[in-house]
Amino acid sequence: MKKFIAVLLSLAMILSLAACGSKDETTKAPDTTTKAPETTKAAESTNAPESTQAPAADLSSIKVGFIFLHDPASSTYDNNFYQAALQVQKELGLKDDQFIFKWNVPEGSECQDTAEEMADAGCNIVIADSFGHETYMIEAAKNYPNVQFCHATGTQSRTVNIPNYHNAFASIYEGRYLAGIAAGMKLAELVKAGAAPKVGYVGAFPYAEVVSGYTSFFLGVRSIVPEATMDVIYTGSWFDIALEKEAALKLIGDGCVLLSQHADSEGAPKACEEKGVPDVAYNVSTINIGPNTAIISSKINWAPYYKMVIEAVAKGESFATDWCGTMATGSVELTELNEKVAAPGTKEAIEKAMAELKAGTLKVFDTKNWTKDGQHLTEYLADVQDMGDFKPETNVIIDGAFIESGEQFRSAPYFDIRIDGIDDNK
Amino acid sequence: MSDLKNMDPAPEKAAAPAPAAEEKIREPLFHIVKRADIPKLKAWGIRFIAILLALLVNALIIHWLTGLNPLAVYKSMFDGSFSTKRKFWVLLQNTAMLLCIALAVTPAFKMRFWNLGAEGQVLIGALSSGALMFYIGDKLPSGLLILLMLGAALLSGIVWAGIPALFKARFGTNETLFTLMMNYVAIQLVNTMIAIWVPSGSGVLGIMNSKSNNGWLPTIFGQKYALNIIVVGLLTVFMYVYLKYSKHGYEIAVVGESENTARYIGINVRKVIIRTAALSGCLAGLAGFLLMAGSAHTVSSTLAGGNGFTAVLVSWLAKFNPFVMILTSLLIEFLQKGAGEIAQAFRLSSDIADIATGIILFFIIGCEFFLNYRIMFRHKGKEGK
Repeated sequence: MKKFIAVLLSLAMILSLAACGSKDETTKAPDTTTKAPETTKAAESTNAPESTQAPAADLSSIKVGFIFLHDPASSTYDNNFYQAALQVQKELGLKDDQFIFKWNVPEGSECQDTAEEMADAGCNIVIADSFGHETYMIEAAKNYPNVQFCHATGTQSRTVNIPNYHNAFASIYEGRYLAGIAAGMKLAELVKAGAAPKVGYVGAFPYAEVVSGYTSFFLGVRSIVPEATMDVIYTGSWFDIALEKEAALKLIGDGCVLLSQHADSEGAPKACEEKGVPDVAYNVSTINIGPNTAIISSKINWAPYYKMVIEAVAKGESFATDWCGTMATGSVELTELNEKVAAPGTKEAIEKAMAELKAGTLKVFDTKNWTKDGQHLTEYLADVQDMGDFKPETNVIIDGAFIESGEQFRSAPYFDIRIDGIDDNK
Repeated sequence: MSDLKNMDPAPEKAAAPAPAAEEKIREPLFHIVKRADIPKLKAWGIRFIAILLALLVNALIIHWLTGLNPLAVYKSMFDGSFSTKRKFWVLLQNTAMLLCIALAVTPAFKMRFWNLGAEGQVLIGALSSGALMFYIGDKLPSGLLILLMLGAALLSGIVWAGIPALFKARFGTNETLFTLMMNYVAIQLVNTMIAIWVPSGSGVLGIMNSKSNNGWLPTIFGQKYALNIIVVGLLTVFMYVYLKYSKHGYEIAVVGESENTARYIGINVRKVIIRTAALSGCLAGLAGFLLMAGSAHTVSSTLAGGNGFTAVLVSWLAKFNPFVMILTSLLIEFLQKGAGEIAQAFRLSSDIADIATGIILFFIIGCEFFLNYRIMFRHKGKEGK
């Protein structure tokens, strides 16, 4: 009983203090807006001049809630979304209370609770960043038909048919391919010095998003070093520093002379720097972690998508329920090339391939460039329509190329073929 | 932790100086003496001071690290749970789930059976009820399915806690390690089943039966979490009565205090150990069922979210009293929601919010020490001579 009252008292104490605080706040309400810049981190507080220059009046009604799986302070994946949001806030001159961020939202009922709390708080757009958030976002979208719910990397918007539920992705396979060219140039240099043409890849899950990523990367490598092979290790987790590092070390031990990865921590780049093995990363530049080994990273820039959504909502227009960014929209990017590590001529090789991709003369998944069990495929059924049945139903090889993230199909990747030259049974 | 000391005050007594046999020995600056009893008013006073100190230290640290106004920070902490009706319901739901797991570990801990496997027992409960949803979810009427799911969850929880208990009762194995290891088995089992159920390889099961809602607990009073909360409320009353007034409860207390005494008065110790551990696992399995049928409708290796371990804190802090556990679990969930809200309101890394809640917990737990022990300072007068 003592305990009961003690805890009660302690709660009362906290509550009363909080109540005092709230009174303070309400009386000071006008101040808080002017104080806003100094209360936030220096990085995003520089929007003052722009906001005074009369931002489009209709943007004032915009309020966006961002849901993150992890804390951007430690997760490169979440940080990529966060930095894009900060950039957009600055560019559009939005106030701090128009963009609210929630870290560490698990892929469970908490996601739906958080999304609905954001809708309660007046958000007209809610954006979640992790694949497992999808079904909870859909539930929230059903309950709040006037709020736009956007979900990155998801697959179901085309099948659930809820007008205020949206998926988004980007043709990141093109970025991976270009990063693969940088890796190929380095590999050619290593092979010339006597190394075996073997590349390693740390993947998260044996899932199409990962398979599509490492295959496009591998095809980029092969466009330079045709005899290259690749080993893949899955960690079974999107974010696990220790596991990713361990997998990278195993690949290096198995004789891989160059690594890349698709997982959200800095485990693999760190392992590469320790062992002096060149590495091509994802999401963010890792030159600060691996000054002597990081070559380049490919990344999705989410800022164009955020801007498009915000402007559409501000104008009261509807926008695509499934959106795929490209190099043309500025959604697919390469980070700074580390000249110290990269082979000579890398920049030119990337630029040449980029021009060809943009012109449409080069296709990443051109069936001439890869085989499955020794065969060049002419037809492949993929599970594009996500009905939850995992049954492939749509032919996605058209005119001699596998159409990934095709406009007529779906933004999220569905390339899940294990092509010859890649061993993912490691 | 202070309760652990409470169990065995011997080392503390040894630390106190022996009675002054030799006049010349210098008395230490202070020594620590076990309190026999403490007046209620004084106990409240100590706890009150602890909370006050926690808030003060927090305010200083927050201001020092971020330059924010501590009162504004405390306000947003409060907002995390109470600013809207939905947030309040979510607070109650989270509290109910944590409390349910805390109730599950309580009989085992009271018996000094260190069940650190609640996390795995929750997962296995959710997994087994989820398996029924997956395989026969659309073949049975929802009511029957829910009953089967409940049965499967309770049974699998019993098995998961029963295995270590059986080994302890038969072979005297260490249940702390054994139950802990069973967590990892459960986690891998969950990952394996998801890999089988989701052939795309994404490792994400998502909401199950979201169209038919088969195997979902019904919404009552228009609140999807209300039933979960009521079930855990009833369970709290049951656990209080069970521990305090039933023969089982008495046996648990005696075995916990001294196995030899228990044997001497004719209690079948093995039986009590196995039965109590099974009850513990059974209730953790119930928590898994409530997560599956009542809120998340999915299973993943992070479903329990560390609550299997936090529950131990909840239970200890309340000295195994189920009603006090309502408050301790409420406090912890309030702090967690508050921490999330602080991070959101001020765009802080979650680490800073965690530091703030950590400090509050540190003071609350730390003050238990001063409730159990008294610090005696050196007598000035004696020193002078």
